[in-house]
Amino acid sequence: MLKHAVIPFLVGAGLLAGAPAALAASNLVFCSEGSPAGFDPGQYTTGTDFDASAETIFNRLTQFERGGTAVIPGLATKWDVSEDGKTYTFHLREGVKFHTTDYFKPTREFNADDVLFTFNRMLDKDMPFRKAYPTEFPYFTDMGMDKNIAKLEKLDDHTVKFTLNEVDAAFIQNLAMSFASIQSAEYADQLLKQGKAADINQKPIGTGPFVFNRYQKDALIRYKGNKDYWKPDDVKIDNLVFAISTDASVRMQKLKRDECQVTLFPRPADIEPLKKDPKLQMPEQAGFNLGYIAYNVMDKIKGSNEPNPMAQLKVRQALDMAVNKQQIIDSVYQGAGQLAVNAMPPTQWSYDTTIKDAKYDPEKARQLLKEAGVKEGTEITLWAMPVQRPYNPNAKLMAEMLQSDWSKIGIKAKIVSYEWGEYIKRSKGGENGAMLIGWSGDNGDPDNWLGTLFGCDALEGNNFSKWCYKPYDDIIKQAKATSDQAKRTELYKQAQHIIKEQVPMTPIAHSTVYQPMSAKVKDFKISPFGLNSFYGVSVEK
Amino acid sequence: MLSFIARRLGLLIPTFFGITLLTFALIRLIPGDPVEVMMGERRVDPEMHAQAMERLGLNKPLPAQYMDYIGKLAQGDLGESLRSRESVWKEFTTLFPATLELAFCALIFAGVFGLLAGVIAALKRGSLFDHGVMGVSLAGYSMPIFWWGLILIMFSSVSMGWTPVSGRIDPLYDVEPVTGFMLIDTLLVGDEGSFKDAFMHLILPTIVLGTIPLAVIARMTRSSMLEVLREDYIRTARAKGLSPARVVFVHGLRNALIPVLTVFGLQVGTLLAGAVLTETIFSWPGIGKWLIEAIGARDYPVVQNGILLIACLVILVNFVVDILYGLANPRIRHQR
Repeated sequence: MLKHAVIPFLVGAGLLAGAPAALAASNLVFCSEGSPAGFDPGQYTTGTDFDASAETIFNRLTQFERGGTAVIPGLATKWDVSEDGKTYTFHLREGVKFHTTDYFKPTREFNADDVLFTFNRMLDKDMPFRKAYPTEFPYFTDMGMDKNIAKLEKLDDHTVKFTLNEVDAAFIQNLAMSFASIQSAEYADQLLKQGKAADINQKPIGTGPFVFNRYQKDALIRYKGNKDYWKPDDVKIDNLVFAISTDASVRMQKLKRDECQVTLFPRPADIEPLKKDPKLQMPEQAGFNLGYIAYNVMDKIKGSNEPNPMAQLKVRQALDMAVNKQQIIDSVYQGAGQLAVNAMPPTQWSYDTTIKDAKYDPEKARQLLKEAGVKEGTEITLWAMPVQRPYNPNAKLMAEMLQSDWSKIGIKAKIVSYEWGEYIKRSKGGENGAMLIGWSGDNGDPDNWLGTLFGCDALEGNNFSKWCYKPYDDIIKQAKATSDQAKRTELYKQAQHIIKEQVPMTPIAHSTVYQPMSAKVKDFKISPFGLNSFYGVSVEK
Repeated sequence: MLSFIARRLGLLIPTFFGITLLTFALIRLIPGDPVEVMMGERRVDPEMHAQAMERLGLNKPLPAQYMDYIGKLAQGDLGESLRSRESVWKEFTTLFPATLELAFCALIFAGVFGLLAGVIAALKRGSLFDHGVMGVSLAGYSMPIFWWGLILIMFSSVSMGWTPVSGRIDPLYDVEPVTGFMLIDTLLVGDEGSFKDAFMHLILPTIVLGTIPLAVIARMTRSSMLEVLREDYIRTARAKGLSPARVVFVHGLRNALIPVLTVFGLQVGTLLAGAVLTETIFSWPGIGKWLIEAIGARDYPVVQNGILLIACLVILVNFVVDILYGLANPRIRHQR
């Protein structure tokens, strides 16, 4: 009643806005969750930064298929790999145009010089552009590419050759990752001459499906559909706008009011009501992520003089079989999670479906602890993240549930939590006991799980279990240096068996990714890597 | 008067240095450095880490870093954001108009309704209206901003469809920022629709941000007004046969305003603090949101200088209020 009375009044008073003029074109507003730090993908590491630059403005030599982990040609139409697996020759796509904007008008099309500029900038600290605008390339370094690329050559205008120091079976996948986005060498030259090298991060030029138009910090990013895109069918939106809305409830309200057509990260409690709204759709996908408990296996935990019970296999097995995973999935993930068995998600190739979880059995767990000589009431620390992560929506609740599960077998778990930065720093240093942590896949390669999280090389990094087991490490190293996928699959399956036997971790869940959007949005595909791409997407009027 | 101003100015210098030292120390007390925070669960390559820390000047001892910071400040250099690598001054001046526009509207809203409610409550002391105003203002003062904002969004935007949910303007209006004040920029564009849209976007955040100051001003005006209305000169004014409106507004309110003015000055601080939450709820691209993100990312220059700039602003406003107060009340300026 009130609504009926007030709206005509507001309209009459001219206070309800009329429709924006841009409505005539095809528009899509994406309610994104944060502001990008900049638009130079090589410098950054988060999905927020990559969505705003790599996924819209740029292309890479290879790219991931939409909504999948398979690699397809991008700016390279094909590639040849040498017999020894150390040389990759890329044949580049012809007729690809860089964006024309009010700050750059390209005079030539994409060629080998652009590839050389992009990678030399990341490889060579003395390169003039990098000297003019010093920065680090953390993801590139993290993937070990700075050490592994021995040489990069231009064979002709449309052929480049990478020579590696070691065989890296995931090299093609790595090149499809956001940080390897191809920059324009001509634009970089122009910036260098103008003394404005830093503009590469604020005024991006790429070859991608959308052309950067304007960024109003913390408010909006505007893009125009690229009319000259090399794959014209992929550009179905004229105006793409990222409306930055950090609060999840507000994003959902905006979606309901059609103030935006796609958003992300709904709160678990909002999922059911959103699913019921006839004007919306809620596609979902099993997450390419894993929430797990890492058991610190060191003899003594750093900072403690007591022997660490988790150094014993039987104790880890006991803790593992005392976890009531289903209850955690129901409460912590509110059903939006899939029970995890292995150290990687089932959608990752080489996942071993024959491996089964240890049965939930507190009695047997007690028995194992007894055999290990662990007394009733033995105390361990259980580290719980202070933040919500894609793989764990509520680490505190999960820790409390684990505390209760383990108390049933006579283990007293003391919950420890630090501020997120400190949490990671201390645990990388080995101060953690049992620890809640997780991972989201980067490149769709099994090594990104089994090597990155449990390899001996990662002891100082992501190997939060501090578990370095030679038979396992030999296998994953061998797999990484093999290019035959069947052989690699076999090796990774063996590695998964070893993890199950040695229990350096307990996999808990793969959280389901929900992406709420208007029913008018067509062909949006959820990326397993948590990225948001709008090429190929259209909006019904 | 001049010596009064000089005394007040003299006090500003230690305050200024106190703030620089405090913000410098506090942000560094939070664990984790900018590179580690950016990498999250990922491996931090020690070589890359060292290189980044050197580039950012964070490998030096803390006293040296502080001296660098003060040295740059003395030259008017606020440094650049570690994350976006834009100059802090540029980011501040881009975002501040949004906060200022919101704070200004909230202050007008709080001032007009607060004074009005306070005066009427004082005149009708003990009435239902008086009790109502005091009750509502107490509730307003105790209202958690976040909750209040979401309730208003649910009611006004989602259920009734009166106002937009968040942001400063419908994203499909492409308004070029000229002054940074959306109402002015939309007028400059000359598009009536976009002005109305920007206005509608301002309503809810203004109410949310203005609620606490409104409550404070209403209560302060009421009590100050009650005190003044008991004064002899009011009785005299009434006895002289002046109209009740003239007695209340010229003789009463003018004198009652002195403490209210101080409260106004103090509310600028409250408004800027409240802006942090209001901006987060309404996706309002102002300095509040900017600072929150900078703290999360350990963006030291943004946190240090952003807080410094805001603190300077609050100090400046209170300084002006002090001067005005001194002008209005000679007893204050002669105090030693």
